[in-house]
Amino acid sequence: MSMNAGKKELKGATILLEALEKEGVDLIFGYPGGVLLPLYDALLDSPIRHILPRHEQGGVHAADGYARVTGKVGVCLATSGPGATNLVTGIANAYMDSIPLVVLTGQVVTSLLGTDSFQEADITGITTPITKHSYLVKDAREIPRIVKEAFYLAGTGRPGPVLIDLPKDVLAMEVEPFPAEMKLKGYQVPSRGDSSKIAEVAKALSECHKPVIYAGGGVITAGAGGVLRQLAEKASLPVVTTLMGIGSLPYGHPNLLGMVGLHGAVAANFAVDDCDLLLAVGVRFDDRVTSGLGHLFATKAKIIHIDIDLAEIAKVVRTHIPIVGDARLVLEEVLNVFEGLPVPQVTDWWDQVRAWKNYYPMKYDKDRMTPQMVIESMGELANDDTMVITDVGQHQMWAAQFYPIIKSRNFATSGGLGTMGFGLPAAIGAQIARPDDLVFLVTGDGSFQMCIQELATIAHNKLPIKIVLLNNGVLGMVRQLQKFFYGERYSQTDLIDNPDFVKVAEAYGIRGIRVDSMEQVRSALAEAIAYPGPVLLDFTISPNEDVLPIVPPGKPITEMLGG
Amino acid sequence: MLHTLAALVENHPGVLTRVAGLFARRAYNIDSLSVCQTDNPELSRMTIVVNGDDQVIEQVRNQLNKLVIVHSVTDLTAESVVDRELALIRIQVSPETRAEVLQTVDIFRGRVVDMGRTNLTVELTGDVGKINAFVRAIRPYGLLELVRTGKIVIRRSDV
Repeated sequence: MSMNAGKKELKGATILLEALEKEGVDLIFGYPGGVLLPLYDALLDSPIRHILPRHEQGGVHAADGYARVTGKVGVCLATSGPGATNLVTGIANAYMDSIPLVVLTGQVVTSLLGTDSFQEADITGITTPITKHSYLVKDAREIPRIVKEAFYLAGTGRPGPVLIDLPKDVLAMEVEPFPAEMKLKGYQVPSRGDSSKIAEVAKALSECHKPVIYAGGGVITAGAGGVLRQLAEKASLPVVTTLMGIGSLPYGHPNLLGMVGLHGAVAANFAVDDCDLLLAVGVRFDDRVTSGLGHLFATKAKIIHIDIDLAEIAKVVRTHIPIVGDARLVLEEVLNVFEGLPVPQVTDWWDQVRAWKNYYPMKYDKDRMTPQMVIESMGELANDDTMVITDVGQHQMWAAQFYPIIKSRNFATSGGLGTMGFGLPAAIGAQIARPDDLVFLVTGDGSFQMCIQELATIAHNKLPIKIVLLNNGVLGMVRQLQKFFYGERYSQTDLIDNPDFVKVAEAYGIRGIRVDSMEQVRSALAEAIAYPGPVLLDFTISPNEDVLPIVPPGKPITEMLGG
Repeated sequence: MLHTLAALVENHPGVLTRVAGLFARRAYNIDSLSVCQTDNPELSRMTIVVNGDDQVIEQVRNQLNKLVIVHSVTDLTAESVVDRELALIRIQVSPETRAEVLQTVDIFRGRVVDMGRTNLTVELTGDVGKINAFVRAIRPYGLLELVRTGKIVIRRSDV
């Protein structure tokens, strides 16, 4: 820096790091490589903290986990070619769940672009369908503008990943940067909804008899949980959430019926099917909710759809009142207008909904150590600020069904893409983001092995994550589907030669505890929580435990098995 | 039903990929696409003819609008417009058919722009229907090559 003090010329790498600092970045999950040498050299002089995962996929999932539990934009970095392609799953994962990321990739020097040079991959081309936007930087003077735009695009409207591809020579060139003025004429962020439509919504709420709120990840993103709760309480509206919407209302709130969809609560699915008014907020009528049958979903209802993304309106179901806007601002306005109107007559509806809820509670056997019992015990021992990060599979659904999430942004899971291997690195991002809050990773023996190398990152950074491994020795979710729908013909779902995970943890310098009986569950969890460092709890569970209820493929959501 | 969409997009490399990729991955059917720079060198105009019902077209418009590089999308299908397409057509001719072919070209107000011993090349502009009709008319003589630009459209001035 000092040698540049006289002139304003700076290296591209330095311009980049300063631009990141201006966006408030204090943490990058990155993995070095040949074309990133100028950047890693400049990083030595930057205050930005760098976390080294053991695989680029771990880096991008960690940035994603960081973003989910904070609401801030997560940043990751990888080198050209294989480094960049290793990010692809993580980028797609963030895109599907609308998570704000700025993804930085190194690229070969501009003179070699397009020549199949060493470690070259067209990462902007590869990621076009899974990024909100992307840049290939050809001139270091553009870096301040591009970084500013990238953060704005990633974090506003419907959030998502934005990729910046940085050729080595661009990082190395010394230039006087252009000012950081955004040029985004083609990008508008909806905020307040149409007021006449809002009045229509308030009137419809006042006049309905069988209302349901269907709350999704957009509620969390917009910070709309508080106003949603006020509206639900004021108008006596039952609430169902999607997987991504968990935390919209605190667990145990009397208006909350639980999760809706393929592994949803029976009362939630029945209520959606029978309602006369569906207030859908920050949702996309995903096929895990509708069973892929949009035309059979909430057919008796007037459907109100509030979303920040116009392209989600009427994509799957017909919508009677669409409102494009920020969920919090729109709901505040709806609540304002509604307060001048009579409350709806919903006593009979609540009698019905309560009857469903009482008749079909979420339940499990208490005579043995079940995964559900482990998850409920976690909830009993944790506090309201505890974060639960999950992988993908049966354990994910059990966590969604049975863990009492009280506050939003404390539940992070790969919803849309369903990425096995997400959990462990995402938990790293979450723990680094909020070092004082307890982090539980709920994982299975399948998912855990997909990013198991990140145990080294946990150990090195002394992250006190409590890993709850529900170890059934099988790929449980797929096996369950084979059991239910393929005549118990189990194909490639046995993980017979699993390693001893306690020893694996210990090899990384992480404490491992095996739990074999139901009597040990609470004490082992309590011991792990009390221990100041990371702990792996290996719970031996039966491969025959099922996620219930379940809607068979192709069936409407009222036709649940095991409710 | 065919819809004609006019999109103003940024004039950068990669923009066409984004638009074309969007159509491909969401299985929207492009009938024709023409792109060229506008009077503002930073913007290109895309004229996209796409097949689909109203709901599909609404989705196409919304998805296009979501792209950061797309500044605006207008559906001109129901509007009063002038639409034109340019075609270059090479037709086989023999001493026996030459006169008839030239007469057909004349009827359609085409222009002969190149001529060889056994074939001639015709330039024809018009709406899509006229070009289709011409192609039908000359096909029996031997259609050797056909190049069409795809439809371009401009709104009629409101008089």
